Amino acid sequence: MSAAILASEAQAAGVSFPILTFLVVTPAIGAAMVALVNNRRPEIAKQVAVLFGMATAALSIGVLALFKTGVAGYQLVEHARWIKEPQISWALGIDGISLWLVVLTGILFPISMLGASPHENEKPYYAWLLLLEAGCLGTFVAKDLFLFFIMFEIVLVPMYFLISGWGYDDRKYAANKFFLFTMFGSAFMLVGILATAYLHAKGGPVTFDLQTLAEHQGVIAKTTARWLFLSFAIAFAVKVPLFPFHTWLPDAHTQAPTAGSVILAGVLLKLGTYGYLRFGLYLFPEAAVWAAPAMVTLGVIGITYGAICAAMQKDLKRIVAYSSVAHLGFIALGTFSLTTQGISGSVFQMVAHGISTGALFLLVGMIYERRHTRAIAALKGLQKPAPIFAAFFTIVTMSSIGLPGLNGFVGEFVILQGSFLTRRWWTAVAVMGVILAALYLLWAYQRVFHGMPDEDNASFAELKFTEGLALAPLLLIIVFMGVYPKPIFDRMEPSVTHLVQHIEEHTDYREPGVARKGPEVVPVSERHSEEASGQTHADEHGDATENGEGGH
Amino acid sequence: MTLLAEIQKLDTPNVEFSTILPVLLLLGGAVLLLVIGSFLPKRSKTPWHATFTLVTAGAAIISSVVLWFRVRDDGAIRALGDTVRIDGITVFLTIVIAAGVILTALLTDGYLRRERLEGPEAYVLLLLSASGGVIMASANDLVVLFLGLEILSIAVYVLAGLHIRRARSGEAAIKYFVLGAFSSAFLLYGIALVYGATGSTNLTAIQSFLARNILTNNVGLLAGFAFLLVGLGFKVAAVPFHSWAPDVYDGSPSPVVAYMASGVKTAGFAGLIRVFVYGFETSQADWRPIVAVLVVLTMVIGSVLMVSQTNVKRMLAYSSISHAGFILLGIDAATDRGVSAMLFYLATYTFTVAGSFGIATVVGRAGDNSHTVDQYRGLAKRSPFLAFCFMILLLAQAGVPLTTGFVAKFMVLGSAVDVGRYWLALVGMVSAVISAYAYLRFVLAMYGEDSEEGAPKRYKVPVGAKIAISASVIVTLVFGFYPSPLLQASRTAAPIASAAPQPTAAAQP
Repeated sequence: MSAAILASEAQAAGVSFPILTFLVVTPAIGAAMVALVNNRRPEIAKQVAVLFGMATAALSIGVLALFKTGVAGYQLVEHARWIKEPQISWALGIDGISLWLVVLTGILFPISMLGASPHENEKPYYAWLLLLEAGCLGTFVAKDLFLFFIMFEIVLVPMYFLISGWGYDDRKYAANKFFLFTMFGSAFMLVGILATAYLHAKGGPVTFDLQTLAEHQGVIAKTTARWLFLSFAIAFAVKVPLFPFHTWLPDAHTQAPTAGSVILAGVLLKLGTYGYLRFGLYLFPEAAVWAAPAMVTLGVIGITYGAICAAMQKDLKRIVAYSSVAHLGFIALGTFSLTTQGISGSVFQMVAHGISTGALFLLVGMIYERRHTRAIAALKGLQKPAPIFAAFFTIVTMSSIGLPGLNGFVGEFVILQGSFLTRRWWTAVAVMGVILAALYLLWAYQRVFHGMPDEDNASFAELKFTEGLALAPLLLIIVFMGVYPKPIFDRMEPSVTHLVQHIEEHTDYREPGVARKGPEVVPVSERHSEEASGQTHADEHGDATENGEGGH
Repeated sequence: MTLLAEIQKLDTPNVEFSTILPVLLLLGGAVLLLVIGSFLPKRSKTPWHATFTLVTAGAAIISSVVLWFRVRDDGAIRALGDTVRIDGITVFLTIVIAAGVILTALLTDGYLRRERLEGPEAYVLLLLSASGGVIMASANDLVVLFLGLEILSIAVYVLAGLHIRRARSGEAAIKYFVLGAFSSAFLLYGIALVYGATGSTNLTAIQSFLARNILTNNVGLLAGFAFLLVGLGFKVAAVPFHSWAPDVYDGSPSPVVAYMASGVKTAGFAGLIRVFVYGFETSQADWRPIVAVLVVLTMVIGSVLMVSQTNVKRMLAYSSISHAGFILLGIDAATDRGVSAMLFYLATYTFTVAGSFGIATVVGRAGDNSHTVDQYRGLAKRSPFLAFCFMILLLAQAGVPLTTGFVAKFMVLGSAVDVGRYWLALVGMVSAVISAYAYLRFVLAMYGEDSEEGAPKRYKVPVGAKIAISASVIVTLVFGFYPSPLLQASRTAAPIASAAPQPTAAAQP
């Protein structure tokens, strides 16, 4: 019977254009095409790669155009059975949360191809990059745990080869560390996925469909669900990375080729934060509420620790890498504040961080191209010979710091607004992180761009037209998102609200009323009757008030 | 008159030849090849011997396919006085073993020519050994199991020493033989003890005896379990019965190792399924904890020791030990799901491991000695084909998604989780990460490093090896992308006790 339902569902989905499948498959085909380019003409490889990257970007914009604003659930759903028993499907769908990550991925890949080139062996480089794109997009649109895991894991392979093949001096160490850390995390997740599906089946047919598993809460015992949540949480904590698992990140970012760093920071880290939303909060709401204090603490530690480390770095790329640790801390804070604002801000910040850090890595890569060093001590007064370059760098730096009017501000502000409702003290500490960000980035900027350039730096080349072309869209997005974030929030909001409602439905947790309806006003006459209604009401709001009380 | 009647009772069972056709084909092919081989020229441009082997193995596969449909529709066939049981597992594993023979034969041809060792004996032994493996997979009697094991093993002992001019090949053969004979003794003693405890060597009889009776003193039976586990554990190279594997894999001719790691291992696991999951089904509480310990040891020690290997054959040896641990997870689960996961694992692992040793055969060059990691440095530039294939096969063994290695691991771990062995699954995944590091080292050496000085600029890949390696890679990728048909087949094959006389509740005391 279920087979018949699946078949009809697949048929219904098959009528419309399967845009999400095309979205995932196009870069994969591109990778194959690049690999087939004649060895004697390697310059074509880049053109083919950019072509396919652009086509994927167009498809991702197409997804944005087809997306219906105001719908909370999955849209553009596709479903085709892949394996019969256990039930595993090629199930794709998109909602307000994944939409923006898909668009971000679609845009960032062609830009990273245009903005930075490898100096040798171009063919495999572009093939791996396109394969990486397919994996990232697949992760964001997967609606089946098995498919998600496959995509989540497959991403490792191209990234591993990109770092180890085209990275800098210490690339092998960094690539191995990256691969092993992430795979170690995924090891737990795979067991978690299997256990979730098999426990949920209770001897019946095993399914890996996310919605089926998430909407039927209570099948798995509370304590078990917490263990399962932890198994997922470790995988994502490594990927994000949260504080104790972050050590692979500075190495991988620094040693990766420029495009690798852009994608690593811009997209790959978001796989983890996205995972928390989708497989933490949605799949295990009770456990997520239970773990929220710990996760928020890790996020705040990440913010301050990342900022302090960034301030101490001598290498420009390492500063940006540690700044990612700090920014991702904000995203964790927002996610586990479990408020509508906090989660919306997190999703926004994921995109904002992807754009601005991507641009920063591109700029640092361009500095390295010109000077063959990233050491801050060796760079000085670049503003003089390259004012336009410096201007670009300034805007991107300001966006990363969170200057009002640019995208970084909106994300951080909304996150802090949300987290303040449930976690006041944590938020207070996190705000310090914003100040620290200004400190380390401005200080680095000052050392690199201000002053009088010495001999080596005086001949620093100005921004080339093609480089400007790659950076311009990012700058436009930075400004647009900063000035007019409404269309972005509008599209994600129903999904985020639905997620918070889902958590409330399955747990004792209640979002503070302020988050949705504004300050609660109780007329005096009702107040007495409310007190009389007794303990139950107070219990219901127990979590919220308890958390709120921390701030008094 | 009475005497005559007695003789009638002792009459040999009716032999239904069609049911054991695959065995007969392999055995007959071996004997025939021995005869024809003496007429054919020893050295010839045309690969007569290899072709004959391929045809024989192909015929065994075809006859198995016929049996497959018969078994699928009518249930398991019990033949030769219930000493042989042809069910889905038998047929599935027969095809897997025959596929292993085909891959090995394809590799062997080029190898024998390169090493100037041409002749039919390698193929004769290969077919003989495969017939032993198939007998093991169809055994429903411990004595038949032992018979199969010996036919399988003795041929492989000789195969290990095939390279007569290479001392290490001889050393490997002696080591394998001495330790193998020792383990056979354990197996035989285990059979004797189980017979003593249950009064039968027939697995169906043992199963129903154990279901109906509770032994007041089961020391003999438990010792029998243990000895059987040692004997079969040796064949599949489970820790702590693994110590022969690295040395023997290292010393034996590389194509032979491809067979050892695929065919022999498959036969060993067939025996384990038969004896433990089927025969001792009702005593799971007694043997499952021991198997669980073996699983942990095998997975972890295999992976950890793999990391420090610089010789590709030794690395693959430890890798195959670690994989044996994963496959044992299915035995530990002792469910249909576990068995079907094992079947899938064995089928796909046969290809990945045979392909890997195929590459080791080619890169090993004349003398079969160039197996260090140095030989693989910069291989991507010198031979993109070999490097690409090896990369895919290594990633598959590391369990990277979209390869069969991932699906196989996913299935066995699923079967472990299904019976509540979360910690075993977790240990498995962690050891998979450790082993991934070892595989990556070779991948990185091929792609990220420069060639050693004096490394050959190009490799001569014989046609047979090219076919075998390509086929392995194609199977690894195709079933990695779309595992459904093979999973379906393994699930159809797995239910083991369906046709056995189920011990009814009423019959129990």
